[in-house]
Parts: sequence; C-alpha cells; structure tokens
Amino acid sequence: MMLRGLLELIWIEVKVFAREPMGAIGTVLIPVVAFMGLGQFTGGALETPRTGGGLHLNLPVFAAVLISINTVLSLVTIISIYREAGILKRLRATPLRSYTILTAHVIVKLLLTAMTLAILLLVGKRYYPAGMHVRVISFTVALMISTVSILSIGFIIASMVPTARFAQPIGSAILYPMLGLSGLFFPISALPPTLHSVASVLPLTYAVSLLNGIWQGDTWSAHFGDVGALIIVFVISTAISTKVFRWE
Amino acid sequence: MTASTTSHPVIQVSGFRKTYGRTVAVDEVSFSVNDGEIFGLIGPNGAGKTTTMECVEGLRTPDRGTISVLGLDPFRDVYKLQDRIGVQLQQAQLQKRIKVWEAMHLWATLYKRKVADGDRLLEQLGLSEKRNSWFMTLSGGQKQRLFIAMALINDPEVVFLDELTTGLDPQARRAIWELVRGIRQRGKTVLLTTHLMEEAERLCDRVAIIEHGRIIDMDTPENLVDRHCPERTVLLATSAPVDEQCFRAIPQVEDVIRQDLKFTIRGRGDDLVTGVIQCLSENHIRVTDFRTVLPTLEDVFLKLTGHSIRD
Repeated sequence: MMLRGLLELIWIEVKVFAREPMGAIGTVLIPVVAFMGLGQFTGGALETPRTGGGLHLNLPVFAAVLISINTVLSLVTIISIYREAGILKRLRATPLRSYTILTAHVIVKLLLTAMTLAILLLVGKRYYPAGMHVRVISFTVALMISTVSILSIGFIIASMVPTARFAQPIGSAILYPMLGLSGLFFPISALPPTLHSVASVLPLTYAVSLLNGIWQGDTWSAHFGDVGALIIVFVISTAISTKVFRWE
Repeated sequence: MTASTTSHPVIQVSGFRKTYGRTVAVDEVSFSVNDGEIFGLIGPNGAGKTTTMECVEGLRTPDRGTISVLGLDPFRDVYKLQDRIGVQLQQAQLQKRIKVWEAMHLWATLYKRKVADGDRLLEQLGLSEKRNSWFMTLSGGQKQRLFIAMALINDPEVVFLDELTTGLDPQARRAIWELVRGIRQRGKTVLLTTHLMEEAERLCDRVAIIEHGRIIDMDTPENLVDRHCPERTVLLATSAPVDEQCFRAIPQVEDVIRQDLKFTIRGRGDDLVTGVIQCLSENHIRVTDFRTVLPTLEDVFLKLTGHSIRD
C-alpha cells in the first residue's frame, strides 16, 4: 500500500519537474553543454593534455561528477522550497512514512542522473570522434553509488539552509570547493600533506577515484575501498540527517 | 446543536504543555471534543492554537500531558491515527505545478482505508472545472477548498481545520463556513482554530478561548456571552416624545440615553428586553424602530483579556 504511495509520489514529482522548464534545463543541460564545449576545446580528445603543473582532466568523469553535484544541488533546492511552502509538512500529515517522502525525492533525482548520463553518452558518440569506450552499466552504477552518497550529504545541507533562496548558493559553496581537492584536476598525491588529509575525508574524492577507475577499466574489486568509503559517508550522513533534518 | 453531555469524547487533552526552547507555547491546556461537534480553539495569533492542534494531529510531540484521539496516542500511533483523520494545515501549499486531480489522486493512494470519490468531492466543493488546473493558478478560496477536499478524501472521523478562512474575502469565507457545516452533517467531528470571532460564533458548538498558551474559558458561544457579558442594549425610536423616566423604572435598566425621539437603553440580563417591551405596551408608546444589541464573543474576549483580539 505504501509502495503505491511511493510510486505515485515519484510519478507526480517527475511530472511536476518536467513542467518547470528552467529547472530541467539547468540540471540536465549544464553538464551536457560543458561536456560538449570542452570537447571542442580539446579537439575531440576525452582527456586534456597533461601539463607541467599536473593539471589533467578526464572529461567524461568531470561531466559525470558535475551531473552528481547538480543533482544534489537540485535536491537541496527542492527540499528547501517544499519545506518553506509547507508541502513536506502537509505530506507528513498523512499516513505516508516520513522517510518515504524523502526516498521519493532521492529516486527522482537518481532517475534524473541516469537520464542525464544517457544523454551525455549519446552526445559523446557524436562529439568525440575517438569514441567513448566504457562499460556503461558499471559506470552508471558507479555514478549512482556516488550520487546517493552525496545526496545523503544534501539532506544535511538542506537542513542548514535557512530559506529556499539560499539553497543554491549555500549548496554550491559546500560542494564545489570539494571538487578542487577531489583528485579530478590534480592527483591527490600532488597535494601538500594538510590538503591531502582534507581530501581524504571528502566524499567527492572517493567518488572521483571510483569513477576514474571504472572509466579506465579497473575491476570493482580494485575499488572496494572507494565504495566502502562512499557507503560510510551515506550511513553517517543519513544518521545525522535523521537528527538534524527540519520538516518545517 | 449543542453537544449533549452523553456523547463520548473523541479528543481528550489533559495537562498539555509544549515549549520551544525557553518559550512556553502552551501550558496546562485541557479540553475534550465530543463526537459530532464543531469545537473551536479561538484566540489571537501566537496564542498557541496551532501548536495545540498540531500536537493533537501527531505532527508535534507534547512536553507534558496526555492526548488521546479516537482512543489513540497521536505520538505512538501516529500513522494509525493519520489514516483516520483529515487535516488542513495553516499556510500549507502544494507543488506549484501539480494539477488538482493529481493532488486528489495522490492523496487517495496515501490512505489504507477506503477512500471517498475524489471527483465527487471536487464537484461538491465546486472545483470540477479546475480539475486540470495547476495548483499555482488557483485563487485563495479555490486552494482552501482543495485543501478541504484533500482533508476529506479518506472519509475521516475527525477533521482538523487550522485558520481555514484567513486571507479570504467575506463571500468565499461564507461559502467555506457552509462547507464546514456540511462536514458536521456527515457526522464528523471538527476541531478548528480561528482568530475570527464571527467565524467561531457562527460555526462552533463549543469554543475554548486561548490566550498566552492557556485556556481562559471554555463553553458554548452563547453561554460565554451570558457569563461574561450580560449587558444588553435596546435601541428604539418613538413616534412622539416620551419621558425617559418610564424606561428608568424598569429594574434591569442601568442607563438611558435620549436623543430627541431616539433612546439607547442599557442594562443587563435577558429580562431587559422583555421589560422594555412591557413598558412600551403598558404606556401605549408607538415605536418606529426597535433593535437589540447583544454582546458577541469579541466582547467576551475583550472582557477576559483586556484587549481586542486584533491588537
């Protein structure tokens, strides 16, 4: 019975999301356009040339991480809007379990992630003549695990955001700086020791390591550590969220 | 319409207290709502009405005291309770772009019990034409009617209405009052909050007046008026000059003000009006206008708190 409620809520959220063009464009198009644009810049190569400073970027992984962060920002925004408008509270005043309401949002965001990734892979076929040879299922699963883990942090961020207006800026201010230390642009090993230890507690670091590895054809067993770290982040964040999450 | 003493209580609240940090929002609140009655929590904004109601609905946890609704503990049995009650929240919204029928359909799937016919509810509430409209395009009155429809979708035994008509124009307000009376006619119990004394007077079988988180009195609106504001005023005009002394002779009369042919007669007790009529008839006084002014809950509130509810 409550499964019916969950499915109905997911379906409604998908429809409502599709009816708001700006939200859909912002969340889906930005990573795709960035990916296409960078492809023009590198002349169709999937990786930027290695420079003396060690700056190096795997474009599909970069785009995938962008998808993940955008998804989380969109979750933080929608949760704070729904809280401010009393929608969360109104749903809570039904027999629907509180966690079902939030689970519906997580699932909608994962569907969005999968859809954006699919578009990205299709675009890649066209804009990157060298071709994108990747185990699609494995890469998708890796991105899903990463996104779920970061989404769980999103709920903590959503609790910290005072009003819906601050959702996007505060979420960005927390998530984007993590990118710099995540190993996406510079290898972690090239960082000074202090930043090195900071990087080792940031969940994005493990997400990037996992996605990079799977992209390059590593086996899952080589990345047990990354998956384990992401699961720990998920468990801890969810535990914190149940304490600090604000419904109104 | 007054609740009989034999009907059993559907809601029982006793010694209820709720604090937010150091602020005591509600303290020592006790009341019970009988089966089939409309019970109103009335008082100014910030008095603790919504806090009380939300604890009864199971949305908040009381710090002290016991609450029982339909024999259930709103905190422990929250999901069981919410399956059997209907709730309209103050200032709630829905997704901007959810359609009216989608909201009804979603709500219908959330309840375990057999649900009411959503389309019929929309029809009864005059929303059939808005079935395919987005929530954001509805007027204030239409939104409130939709929230009432959603509160009734599970054919609830108790309906909670929090500041139902705030922000609506008088016409929409009257239409909503009619709907609430309709809910009672279906045999449901209603607990509502309002800061509009007229609304309380017209809708509620019994009211509890809340001020600074405490109930200061509780009864039927009529009894509250009789108890706290026994003053009555008769306004009349005569066709020929009359000596005001004949009115002053009536035992209940306390004051008579005369302006040419117009009289304002003040006194207390229900017998005042009878006394004035008898006096007119005995003295064969021809009257061209006759009105009585009765105190309202508004006056009761002013008397009990020393300030108007809108202050």
